[in-house]
Order: sequence, then C-alpha cells, then structure tokens
Amino acid sequence: MRILEGSGVTKYFGGLAAVSDVDFHVEQGEVVGLIGPNGAGKTTLFNLISAALSPKSGTIRFKGIDITGFKPYKICRMGVARTFQTVKVFPNMPVLQNVILGIYFGRSPRVSSSEASKSALEILEFVGLSRMKDAAARDLTLANQKRLEVARALAAHPELLLLDEIMAGLNPTEVAEAMELIIRIRKKGMTIIMIEHVMKAIMKLCDRIMVLHHGRKIAEGTPQEIVNSEKVIKVYLGERSHAGR
Amino acid sequence: MIVTLLDVLIAGLLMGGIYALIAVGLSLQYGVARVLNIAHGEFIMLGAFITWSLYTFFGIIPLVSLAVSSPLVFTIGFILYRILFARLRTSSPSVAAFEGKSMLACFGLLFMIQNIAILLWGAEMKGYSYLAFPVDIGGAKFAANRLITLGFAIVFGSVFYLLLARTRIGKAIRAAAQDPVAAGLMGVNISWVLALCFGLGAMMAGLGGTLVSMSYQIQPTMGLEYTMIALIVLVLGGLGSIPGSFIGGFLLGLVGSIVTYVQPGLALVAYYVIFMLLLLAKPTGLLGR
Amino acid sequence: MNLPKAISTKRIVPGLLVLLLLLLAFSPLYATRYAVILLTSIFMFIVLTVSWTVFSGPTGYVSLAPAAFFGAGVYTSALLGFVLPLPAVILIGGLASSCLALVVGALTLRLRGIYFVMFTFGLVEFLLHFVLWWEVNITGTTGRVVPTVGNTVVYYLMLTVLLIVILAAYLIKHSRYGLALQSIGECEEAAAHTGVHVTALKITTFALSAFFMGAAGAIMATRWTYIDPRIAFNPVLSFLPVLMAIFGGTGQLYGPVIGAAIFTYLEEFLITRFPYYYMLIFGIIMVFAIMYLPEGLVGVTQKLWKRISRGKHADS
Repeated sequence: MRILEGSGVTKYFGGLAAVSDVDFHVEQGEVVGLIGPNGAGKTTLFNLISAALSPKSGTIRFKGIDITGFKPYKICRMGVARTFQTVKVFPNMPVLQNVILGIYFGRSPRVSSSEASKSALEILEFVGLSRMKDAAARDLTLANQKRLEVARALAAHPELLLLDEIMAGLNPTEVAEAMELIIRIRKKGMTIIMIEHVMKAIMKLCDRIMVLHHGRKIAEGTPQEIVNSEKVIKVYLGERSHAGR
Repeated sequence: MIVTLLDVLIAGLLMGGIYALIAVGLSLQYGVARVLNIAHGEFIMLGAFITWSLYTFFGIIPLVSLAVSSPLVFTIGFILYRILFARLRTSSPSVAAFEGKSMLACFGLLFMIQNIAILLWGAEMKGYSYLAFPVDIGGAKFAANRLITLGFAIVFGSVFYLLLARTRIGKAIRAAAQDPVAAGLMGVNISWVLALCFGLGAMMAGLGGTLVSMSYQIQPTMGLEYTMIALIVLVLGGLGSIPGSFIGGFLLGLVGSIVTYVQPGLALVAYYVIFMLLLLAKPTGLLGR
Repeated sequence: MNLPKAISTKRIVPGLLVLLLLLLAFSPLYATRYAVILLTSIFMFIVLTVSWTVFSGPTGYVSLAPAAFFGAGVYTSALLGFVLPLPAVILIGGLASSCLALVVGALTLRLRGIYFVMFTFGLVEFLLHFVLWWEVNITGTTGRVVPTVGNTVVYYLMLTVLLIVILAAYLIKHSRYGLALQSIGECEEAAAHTGVHVTALKITTFALSAFFMGAAGAIMATRWTYIDPRIAFNPVLSFLPVLMAIFGGTGQLYGPVIGAAIFTYLEEFLITRFPYYYMLIFGIIMVFAIMYLPEGLVGVTQKLWKRISRGKHADS
C-alpha cells in the first residue's frame, strides 16, 4: 500500500524554486533514501511532508488522505514523525521528559503518567539511552542527542519516520550504531525515509533511492541503479570508484 | 469641502512626518541591533524636554538647539548600547533570547527614564511658543512651526536614505542588518556599527521629540503613546524594512488625521484597529520580508 | 543525598506552609487594619505575578498586558457591582478578561512572539483610550462608583483567589500540559511536530492566566470605590508583575510568590519615603535582574544551596 505519495509538489522561496514539481511515492515498510547535493531541496521536501511549510502547488497524500495544508501536530497524530537536520531536542528538559512528551501528544491513546513513564523508558532502552534518562538533553553528546530525537519521534508511535541526516557529524563507530538502530526500527514494521550523505548507510539500508538536484527529482531506483546512473554520478557521486563502498 | 480635505491631508502629513522619523529610528534599533526598544518614546520625550529647557532657560531656538540635543541624545543611546545591550548580546545563548532580554531591559529603562524626567522637570505639562504664526496655503491656515516640522522630516528622511544607500557606513549598516556574523567576518566592526545604529535610532527619536515640542505641549508621560505608534508603524511598513517604516509613518499620520476629523480622541484606537487588521491579513506589512 | 536530611525537608516545608496559611487565615482578627490592607495588596500582586508566570514563564512569550486584564476586571466591578452579588461580579470579571485574552491570543499567538509582545504592550493604552472615548462620548460619564465592601471581605476574597491560582499553577506545571508549555518555550517547532497543538495550548493558557488577573481587578475595585479609565488601566500594573516574576525567578512556583511579596512591601516602604524615586529604583533593579540574575532570586538560591550541599558531602 502506498503510505505516502506526492504529486507536483512545488515550493518557492522568493524567486527560487526549492522544490520543483516533484512526484514521489513510498510503499509501506520500505526504507527510501533521499540524496542529492546540498541545497537540492531534500530538507524542504521533508518540511513540506511534515507541514513545517506548505507547498505552493501540488498535493501530498498520507494513507490516501490529502494532508496538504494540515498543521504539524495533526500530521504527527496521523502517524508521521521526524527528526531535524539541526538537532531540536528540548535542551533543558531531562531526556525522559523529552520522550514522554511524544507519548502524551503523539498517536497513543490517553495514558496515565505512570504508563507514559513506562513506555518512555522502554523506548529509551530500545535506542540505548536508558542510562541518561535524567540528564538534561543539552548535556548529551551530538550522537546521543540524535538518538534522543529518534526516541522522541518513536514515542509518537508513527507509521512513517522521516530521518534527516541523523548520521551527520558522527564518527564511524557512531555511524555503525546508528545504522544498526535503523535496522531495528525497520524490523518493527516502520516505513522510513532517510536523507543522508553517508553513502555507505544509504547503500546498505535503502530499498530504493530518490535523487534531488536543484529542487527536481533527477533519478529514482534501487541502490545499484542509482550508483551506476551517469546522471547521478555527474551531479553528486563523483567517480564510479568512490561510490558504493 | 476641498479646503477641508486639504486641511486634513496636510495635517496628516505633518503628523506623519514625525511618525516616519521616530519609526525609522525604532526600525534601526530593532532591524539592525535587534533591540525592541519599548523605551523609544522616552527618548522622544527627552528630546522634547531638552529642547524646551534650552529654549526656556537659554533662549536657544529649537532648530539651532538641535546641534546640541541631537549629539546629546545620540551619545546617550550609544553609551546605553555599549554598557547594557552589548553585554546582553554576548551573554545571550541565541538571538531570540537576546531579543527577549533586551526588550525587558528596555521595559526597565522606560520607567527609569520617565522617573528621571519627572525628577528633573516635574510632572506637569510644559510648552513653549516658537514660530507659531499662521501661514496661508490654498485658503487653509497652518502654523509655521508645523510646516517646518514636515519639511524637516522630509529632509532628514532623504538625507538618511542617501546615507544608507550611498555611503560606506550605510553599506555596513545594511550588511549588519542582514547578517551580523557574516558582516563581522567581512571586516565590519560589528559592535561599533550596532551601537551606532542604536544611537542613531535614539537620535532620531530625540529629533522627533524636538519637532513635537515645537507644536504641542509636552509632559514626562508622553512617551508611551509614541512608542505604541512607532511599533504599529513598524508592523505596517514591515518589520526589518527601513523604507517601509518611513512610508508607513506618513500613511498612519494620514489615517490619524482623517479619524481625528471624523471623531476626535479615536486616533490611537484607529491605529490599533489597523494593527489588528494587519495581524489578521498581512503581518509582514507593506514591505516586510 | 543524605537520608535524614531528605526526611526533614519534606516534613518541615509543608508544615511551615500550613502554619503560614493558618496565620494568614486568622490575621484580620489580630492584625492591625494597616497590615490587613498591606497583605491584601501583597496577595493581589502574588496573584498577578503567578498568573503571569503560568503562561509567560514556560513559553517565553512575554506578555506586557497584565494591566489590561486587571483593568477589564475593574470595569466589570464598576458596571455590574450594583446589579449582581460580588462573587458573581468577580467571576464575570475573570471571564471578561479571559475573553479579551482569547481575542488577543487568536490575533497574535499564531504568529512570531514579537507580535505578541508588541500587541500586549500597547493593549493597555488602547483600552484606556477606547474606554475613555466611550465613557465620554457614549455613556456620558468618566468616573464610576464601585460598591464598597469591608477590608476584611476584600482580604479573604483576595486570599481565596490567591490559593486557587497557586493551586492551578501547581497542577498545570506538573501535568502533561505544563510539560507541553515548557516544550513550546524550549523549541516550539519540535513541540508542534511531536503532536502538541501549540496555538490552541498557548491561547487557552493565556486566557486562563488572564482570568485570575481579571478576578483580582474586580476585587480591588471595591477597595478603591471610585474608578475611571486612568485608574483602571495603569501601565505600572503591567510592569510590576513582570519585574516581580523576573526578579523572583520564573523556573519555580515560589519564585514569583517571593518576588511579589518582596516588591509589594518594598513599594509600600518606598512610596511613603521616596515617592519620586521608587519607579527609578525599580527600573534599575529590573535592568540589574535582566543582566545579572538570569534565573532570578530562585536561581541564585539554588546555586548557593548546591554549593553548600556539595561542601557538606565531600564524597558526592
């Protein structure tokens, strides 16, 4: 079932087309990669899906329902959660509270505070942050803050998870841990779209990849197809020998 | 009928000139230095009272006394920025935090300055008469001092526009308004430019105050209304747009004149209604980004 | 943490509070008339400051409008005081302020915080001019008389509103909505994407805080007996609660309470000796607090406490 689809999605900032007439679709249970040079419009597309921005034209449908023009909280409660390129945790709140907020206001039915605490602790366990549950979010390392964002997103019990460059700024060990986390999330039946520059992760994790350039979709296909595409290589990947490792 | 229309129109432009000046001043302070100076009206009041004092005690005529009052108010603003806001800027974790704190600091300044004024000049209304003779324009009579006010506002506005558009300092100011960090990296002495803009903004308020004192009675509590008007003009013209504030000032002055003609005492209410309409329909104002 | 210490603080603080409450509940019986009036003023400012903090504290949206909501309550008393019993008047005064806050919130809280600040700043003056114009041109009066009630009645009414607002503030702060309000202040965009309906929550909380300010205004009007627009809509009543909250510290519930108590007493003390200086002094304190007390007095005492307890437990 197509859990997400967009047609003709366009967004202008002033005179510049950040996203230009993009069609896309995501099947339930897929992991889709969204790649492209900086400024290609990837985060803008996420912002359009999560309703942080509204498109100039085009429609976006989630589970068949037209969600264009909805407010972010509504989209979250329908089942879409995301992380942000610049980490947006709640810095002065303890880690546990960051996650509990997602449980209270996400898609879960009305829960008591003790049930919420329990669920939040389970999620922290799942992402590997239980030790830090009482630390203030701002005191965490960047890698852990990114994990916290994922935990908070998972707390809303989404069906679709949008991950925006969660591996940026991580060292190779942290990247491997993040990849392993994504695999575990996927195993739970989550549909994932991930923006990433770390090609190793994209190649390993994604069923399908979309490539954006100057706001337009220039290629779409399996990782192998993308890696071998002339267009994509010219625009983004560089020499054949560097890609796919 | 036509004479009345002309009456209202010119009265609107006269008031609008003052509004335009003080709004540009506030726009400089908020748009560049990111200080929402809700004590702006107090600087207007200071300008008015300094002018009054120089005229009443030393007989110096208002337009000449500008040579004293303008640098004085500028210096007060400049020093205030350096000792207060510059410090806040370095100690604030984000621009948003700085905007909040500096606004609250201005709230404190508001009551400080008002109180100092009451101590220096007393709480009652004061006024003086200068160039109050009537001038005939197309059958309608206008006080000469009010016409000078308008002329002054236009001259000063144009000079300032040229300063912004054509000089190196103007370029530095515009750069700082867009992106202080980048401007700093390009060699602009940011802390100096921000203090300069704050001081200039205060100076323009003081100038507006001088013009007000020429035509109206003044008292230490007069500032609040002018601050409100300056804020509304800022929203009308578009937050961050200095030309917008200039045009917006004149527009609002015209509205005020029309409303006062129809129903005196409702001008401020009308301004606020415009504020509400802007919030509903176009918060970015006329020229805002 | 040292176990005996934990037990004693948990027992002593509530015990002291109960004692304080009993003292306050019976003070009209043994205290001087002057003390009762002063305490009523202190209660009023605590109500204003705590209700201001309920919204502006966690969200960071600084409201400069307490005087407007207070004034709405004052006018409700003047308009309905001879027609309805006082408890009803107080309730309606609160509701009128809430409605006003709903309108203000609906206009401004969908937009960036700066519009909210600017609009609330001018609101008092706007209402002043509007009501003045209305009273002069349409109803033909400027001042109005408010029915009086005894000082003791005013005292108990204000104390009741005080207890309710503190209870409300406590319940909100420790509820999921309090958490949501804090998240709005920390990162509004992330809060919205976590499912918090930010606009609705902001507007509702703002309206709730205004209710208590209006109720306080309705009560105080009976003490003044005569009111006019300038008395009812007084910008100083916007400044003082903000000053008290900032100085006391908005992070904890007792910060605004302490700030309000200190400043009301200070104002009382200064206004008789230095009537022309006290606003200057308060302005200086405000600037000082902004620059050097980012978390208010509460923040300072918390840091001191940490330092002291760290000194006592060398092994922690």
